[in-house]
Amino acid sequence: MLQFLARRLLVALLVCITVLTFAFALTRLSGDLAISIAGPNSTAADIEIIRKAYGLDRPVIQQFFDWVGRAMVGDFGQSYFFRERVAKLIGDRLPITLTLGLVGLGIALTVALPLGVISALREGRPIDRVISLVALLGQAMPSFWLGLVLMITFGLHLGWLPISGTGTWQHFVMPGTVLAFSAIPALMRLTRSGMIDAMSADYIRTARAKGLSRASIILKHAARNAAMPVVSIAAVQLGFMLGGSIVIETVFALHGVGFLAWESISKNDFPTVQAVVLLLAIIYTLLTLGADMLNAVLDPRLRAS
Amino acid sequence: MTALLEVQGLDISFGGLTAVRGASLEVNRGETHCLVGESGCGKSVTALAMMGLLPGNAVRRAETLRFDGGDLRGLSEKEMSRLRGDRMAMIFQEPMTSLNPAYTVGSQMAEVMLRHRGGSRRAALDRAAELLARVRITSPGMRLGQYPHQLSGGLRQRVMIAMALMCEPELLIADEPTTALDVTVQAQILRLLADLQTDLGLAILLITHDLGVVARTAHRVSVMYAGEVVESAPVRTLFSRPMHPYTRGLLSCVPVPGKIRPGDPLGSIPGMVPQVTPDFAGCAFRQRCLLTRPDCAGPIARRRPSADHAYLCQIPPEEMVRS
Repeated sequence: MLQFLARRLLVALLVCITVLTFAFALTRLSGDLAISIAGPNSTAADIEIIRKAYGLDRPVIQQFFDWVGRAMVGDFGQSYFFRERVAKLIGDRLPITLTLGLVGLGIALTVALPLGVISALREGRPIDRVISLVALLGQAMPSFWLGLVLMITFGLHLGWLPISGTGTWQHFVMPGTVLAFSAIPALMRLTRSGMIDAMSADYIRTARAKGLSRASIILKHAARNAAMPVVSIAAVQLGFMLGGSIVIETVFALHGVGFLAWESISKNDFPTVQAVVLLLAIIYTLLTLGADMLNAVLDPRLRAS
Repeated sequence: MTALLEVQGLDISFGGLTAVRGASLEVNRGETHCLVGESGCGKSVTALAMMGLLPGNAVRRAETLRFDGGDLRGLSEKEMSRLRGDRMAMIFQEPMTSLNPAYTVGSQMAEVMLRHRGGSRRAALDRAAELLARVRITSPGMRLGQYPHQLSGGLRQRVMIAMALMCEPELLIADEPTTALDVTVQAQILRLLADLQTDLGLAILLITHDLGVVARTAHRVSVMYAGEVVESAPVRTLFSRPMHPYTRGLLSCVPVPGKIRPGDPLGSIPGMVPQVTPDFAGCAFRQRCLLTRPDCAGPIARRRPSADHAYLCQIPPEEMVRS
């Protein structure tokens, strides 16, 4: 188990270092940063002043190590656009994105797991087909459109939920639902296929021969074996929700990390862009690591290898 | 004394195909009854039908299906599940996949006890350790905490047997329990089953295609062919005076050391098992039989050369002995 953990941690670290390098390189590849910061109406002298002020006149290697060295201790520098420390910017917005992502994942799992199990147990029957069709429709709906429909229905007409902002838990219900919609089909389908596989396994026949109750056969014996691919994909989906919720944060005016990423890219605020990319990479890596750990808990065979 | 398990006129079909047609079988208390036949003859399906474990697309009908005098036919799934694992238990051919990879041996064994008898988990685990020792597994306490992937095939089959015995069942159905194991392990498992039966007075329905296993373990044998029990007799009678042409053919296929010389052709039964559809009539063996007659296509007589010997054939015992 320890060896397993050590190997996974090492891989995670390598991924982070790679992303760190790419995040730095990509911002440099997008053109001369001094020119884009200075804006279209600036003179050559202005550009030169900016280049000096931001340290862009130094060799790229030196800039890189300087940035990495400070990133290690959580110092991502000063945002060019927001006139604030990047670390504070992210610190302010991360809780919003995390809440949104967790609410989204919670809703997605609550819907997808039971539907997947029901589908598997009624494989090929009408209810299975209906569930698959609904999942397909869910996947086909663009999230900005679904967001607007929800806002008009529940926010304007029924007045049940606030339309935008982040004040209370109610503010997260609609955006969370929209996020969940994109994750539900994949989660449901994996649950369904995992349960179908598990239910036809020999150990399920043994469980039945032992006279166990149907609930114990399904929830204890089959579900645990069906859970592993679902855990892995749920981690990826959560990562996607945290990093890719730009559209939803924009529609619902939630000023989270996604919104920050979009703003900083459009303003060429490259210290912020670099920090956000790195943060999302670390989150992804941690989630994958977490999923691997959870799977090792679920399946003793993984711990052995 | 009535039999512990009584089956008469058992029919099982899957869609348009008949897997078992009119099979009859009796298993007495404390006896090992072997059900032999080649792959696909319906032995396993017959066993699953008795346990109520047939897949959802199977249709089961029977004139008689009684366990300890009680009719199993009308029982709901819930009522059947109360019998399974408690009074009737079953072990399978594939020890490698029959245990759940995600739970420890102890947990899987204990849940049988907890389901049928209740009590504490501690007591159930103690019982499990006791049975692991009973099936001759060393350091049972340590095994309880192990996972199936940490055990060999032979050990897993022992665990399956121990698990089946948790609630002291009266009937153990063993579906080819040694087929997937090495020959040496096979012998150990068979000896173990024989010992357990003597000690616990267990009735065992042993399904096998291996006549060597039959000779070593059975008290009584039923031979199945194409979904029918074509002959049933005490083991000595079956080996010394087989009646049904299929049984005779099957026995001639077994090479006996000393009786055959190197280079002699091995016995074989020419032809293939027919596909049996619901409208199939007559003897299913007639296309492969050397003694076939025109009336083999009609209803087949059940003949009884002695009180405990029966076979399904048009040819009476006197004629059969001469042929």
